[in-house]
Amino acid sequence: MSATADSPGPADAPAPTRIEPPVTDVSRPFWDATREQRFLVQWCIDCEQPIFYPREVCPSCLGTDLEWRPSAGTGTVYAVSVQHRPAFPTMADRVPYAVALIDLDDGIRLMSNVVECDPETVAPGLAVTVRWELLSDGRHLPQFRPG
Amino acid sequence: MVGVADAVSPTGQLDLRGRALEAQMVREALDDAGLTLADIDGVCHHTSSMAFAEYLGIEARFTDSTMTGGSVFEVYLEHAASAIAAGVAECILVVFAQTPRADRAAGDAPAGGRPGPPGPNPMFEWEAPYGLQMPKGGYALAANRHMHTFGTTSEQLAQIAVSTRQWAELNPRAKVQTPLTIEEVLASEMTASPLHKLDCCLVTDGGGAFIVTSAERARTLRKPPVYVLGAATGNTHLMISQMPDLATTGGAISGPRAFEMAGITPADVDVFMGYDSFTITLLLHLEDLGFCAKGEGGPFVEDGKLGPGGSLPTNTNGGGLSYTHPGMYGMFLVVEAVRQLRGEGGPRQVDGAEIAVAHGSGMVLSCMSTAVLGTEATL
Repeated sequence: MSATADSPGPADAPAPTRIEPPVTDVSRPFWDATREQRFLVQWCIDCEQPIFYPREVCPSCLGTDLEWRPSAGTGTVYAVSVQHRPAFPTMADRVPYAVALIDLDDGIRLMSNVVECDPETVAPGLAVTVRWELLSDGRHLPQFRPG
Repeated sequence: MVGVADAVSPTGQLDLRGRALEAQMVREALDDAGLTLADIDGVCHHTSSMAFAEYLGIEARFTDSTMTGGSVFEVYLEHAASAIAAGVAECILVVFAQTPRADRAAGDAPAGGRPGPPGPNPMFEWEAPYGLQMPKGGYALAANRHMHTFGTTSEQLAQIAVSTRQWAELNPRAKVQTPLTIEEVLASEMTASPLHKLDCCLVTDGGGAFIVTSAERARTLRKPPVYVLGAATGNTHLMISQMPDLATTGGAISGPRAFEMAGITPADVDVFMGYDSFTITLLLHLEDLGFCAKGEGGPFVEDGKLGPGGSLPTNTNGGGLSYTHPGMYGMFLVVEAVRQLRGEGGPRQVDGAEIAVAHGSGMVLSCMSTAVLGTEATL
């Protein structure tokens, strides 16, 4: 996979309907892996702690010996709020949609959306698995569905 | 604390804004204290204490532009009291103005609140793509988690809005003074579940100022001093997705420390001014500061004890929910606490108020700061 997050997207990609995440040098491996729909988690080798969001140093031990490990992309909902109004006008067609904090089985917590279900049925404790939404530049945004 | 002032409007919109509003607040606070501008030797301002001091020609020995969101006024109070105790400065001015409504009417871009273009801020990378309405959505997540963990209900949260409104009915300066019922809260639009529109604070213009000086100096001035008995801050995160436990805030750090410093327990508090950006915000404060046990906030508020005549008079000005909320509300917590301890509350005065707590919350439950204030009798 030679593409980088800065390369142009597919010619037929629609205009973005949500804020597309910027890429930093630190997070570039994460976003590049999403082109192949792989979920990577940053780990500290020194203290064996997963790190999220990606950082230049481990927030537990300040170690700099970090590596990227594949994640199964499975976890549970920690908290959820159904948005009945869009946070941004471009998301108007998506309402109502569920924004959740997801506890991945790897031991990290991240914000995402839970889709492919009635958003009102999303609740803490729900088991979820990652799915991917194509971004305009060929990267994918992690989303989750029940199961 | 020797001088306070605040500006609110029945329409929610003020005529003055920017430096003009700040200057009016300074004039009123100085007059309230019996001080002049020449007495001020320290400045706290949330965008630039240097720019503000230059504007008014203040030479400052203490200058502080810490920014923790709406709790910053409690943080400034803590810093100012510490600096005065250390002899760094003698009269420190804290001033604030924010006028989203007047700014919009004038065609200016609203200040803050919306993410700008993508940049190094990790929020744009790890939160903004998912479309959570901010800051409301962050509090909605906390409310959802609290309900799931402890069985807290929407009715219990609504009771907080109802009790707060009862105080606003007694305050002729409150933005909203009409009676409110739990049913009306629950019937209002749910914009970010589980929070309804009436679980959310107002959006108004507002300004304020207060002055902190030494106890010796304070006793020579116009009005009875209000003393800072204890102050502490607890910062746990900035982004809501990094909050360690959505049901426990930094108030569990700042509250007990401030109470210990003051030598009091929650039972000693006569007036509680707790930041109520949303009903869930106040509920978390009640638990984290120890007015009730963790998880019992819902049943605790059910009997209306936060309202007039209740055992824990809370947000006696009508709060951010009904009095005013210009985006950063902590100034008004301090001003009302001082007024109550001076006996200036009028129809909403809490009889015999000797100890008041101003507890601020900044950003998305990110930085909590607690100030315990008392009258001369509490020393």
